[in-house]
Amino acid sequence: MAPQLRGSVTRPAGAARPATVASTDAGASPGDAGDSSDWVARVRGLSRTFGDRRVLDDLDIDIAPGEFVALIGRSGSGKSTLLRALAGLDPECTGGATVQGTTAVAFQEPRLVPWKRVTANVCLGLRAAHPRQAAATALAEVGLTDRAAAWPLTLSGGEAQRVSLARALVREPRLLLLDEPFSALDALTTITMHQLVLRLWTRHQPAVLLVTHDVDEALALADRVLVLTDGRIGYSCRIGAARPRDRDDPDLITARADLLAELGVAMEGIR
Amino acid sequence: MSGTRTLALVPDRAARPPGAASPRQSPPATPAAQPASRVRRLLHSKALLRLISPLVVLTGWQLASSAQLISSDKLPPPTEVWSTAVSLITSASPAYGSLQGNLLASLERVAVGFGFGATVAVTLAVLAGLSRAGENALDPLMQMVRTLPLFGLIPVFIVWFGIGELPKILLIAIGVAIPLYLNVFSGIRNVDAKLAELGRVLHLRRRELITQIVLPGALPQALVGLRQALGVGWLALVVAEQFNTSAGLGFMISQATQFSRNDVIFVALLVYCVLGLLTDALVRLFERRALSWRRSFVAA
Repeated sequence: MAPQLRGSVTRPAGAARPATVASTDAGASPGDAGDSSDWVARVRGLSRTFGDRRVLDDLDIDIAPGEFVALIGRSGSGKSTLLRALAGLDPECTGGATVQGTTAVAFQEPRLVPWKRVTANVCLGLRAAHPRQAAATALAEVGLTDRAAAWPLTLSGGEAQRVSLARALVREPRLLLLDEPFSALDALTTITMHQLVLRLWTRHQPAVLLVTHDVDEALALADRVLVLTDGRIGYSCRIGAARPRDRDDPDLITARADLLAELGVAMEGIR
Repeated sequence: MSGTRTLALVPDRAARPPGAASPRQSPPATPAAQPASRVRRLLHSKALLRLISPLVVLTGWQLASSAQLISSDKLPPPTEVWSTAVSLITSASPAYGSLQGNLLASLERVAVGFGFGATVAVTLAVLAGLSRAGENALDPLMQMVRTLPLFGLIPVFIVWFGIGELPKILLIAIGVAIPLYLNVFSGIRNVDAKLAELGRVLHLRRRELITQIVLPGALPQALVGLRQALGVGWLALVVAEQFNTSAGLGFMISQATQFSRNDVIFVALLVYCVLGLLTDALVRLFERRALSWRRSFVAA
């Protein structure tokens, strides 16, 4: 699935930025393909070791334009390491991680700058003709217009995470990296956030890489679910079900059992 | 932040019927002004509360003097200190000059010394804080200077720079620079690394990273340093002015020592006290404004 339509929300011109290369140490060089239109992010032979531990081991991944990919794995499996490599935050990894177009990240903790009000946080580093106007639009999309002038420390966890999403989206990313952004939120807030993320994804059509440890979250959101085991993609499945998805969809139940088995969790009585 | 405030008004205005007065013309100023005046009143009452204990001490001092419990040679009563202060203000004495003249000389000294010391300290702290090379080059030197006994430098300074203004200003500058440098440096180093990482993800330019993330992040610690620096600054002034001065509060004190005028000494000491309190209040005021993002957290 590679949607071609851009978001319906008007954006100031000039916000698009030239291709950001996260790291091109080796592997896929930007010039080696005429197929550069069918991927936004391409990972080739990516490895990362921490001491003796090989966290990522010769990893290959392609993410198509507009594709929603969920990456799951046990804690310490290197999920976040991969995301950090794509975000250009890890100079120590070897191999190639190339991103075509703007990348934006929403971290596990919202990482709002506490001495900047909400609008200023969304505008931070934004090179747009009218950054405040763009920020206002983005805040309206996440439903936080009335908190635009608030200090971050007065926000609830869900509100802060929505500001973080607005700050990522206002950059009109071609690749949106989500690093367990909902793991610290309560169950009800998480459901609302899932709906919000799907709405924003449908409207803006970025490719998304969602790192999560929550199988149900991956199943509710993603087109494709990858399981990271021993530094490699041990398992990959496509989820074709239409959104919004019913937890009890038979396809999802099968996929859930497969994924949990892949993660080493026994599901007695399910199959 | 005026832009953000307008933003917040947008839904309000949209909900208003077309004929209604715009929010700017209606009197929304009254509800906004009320809490402000309440805050002011609270501050006033707090300020008054803080006045009680000094007043009690002052009254006790006066009573003890009036009852001849304390000899006025040792400790002149407040009334005498007051009348001496008034006479020093109204007429310049040949021995001491006028109080305001001396005050001005002292203020000038401390302002120049503070300005010089603070500029150097902040510049060095930023250089050392932002780069490993800067830290390697500057931090050992600052750590060495820090361990020097400040007032032990006075004889050396007099040998080097004579008895003019320079050694006095340098003494104040060094006294100010050390605590300011240490705190700004550690403030910069303690800025959340996750925010620095955020800056990279948002493609902040280096200048933006420094002005928007690093320096504001270091500000709380820098203000701790500022308070210490001002404290040391006043102290250094008192000491520096005891040597070979022809104007200033310290000059008044050393003259008065020769003439055994305790009342004049106390006038000068009390002026030092007031100046210290005033600068502290100024820093507090600045702190309250600059760190309001923190205060709202406390209030929430």
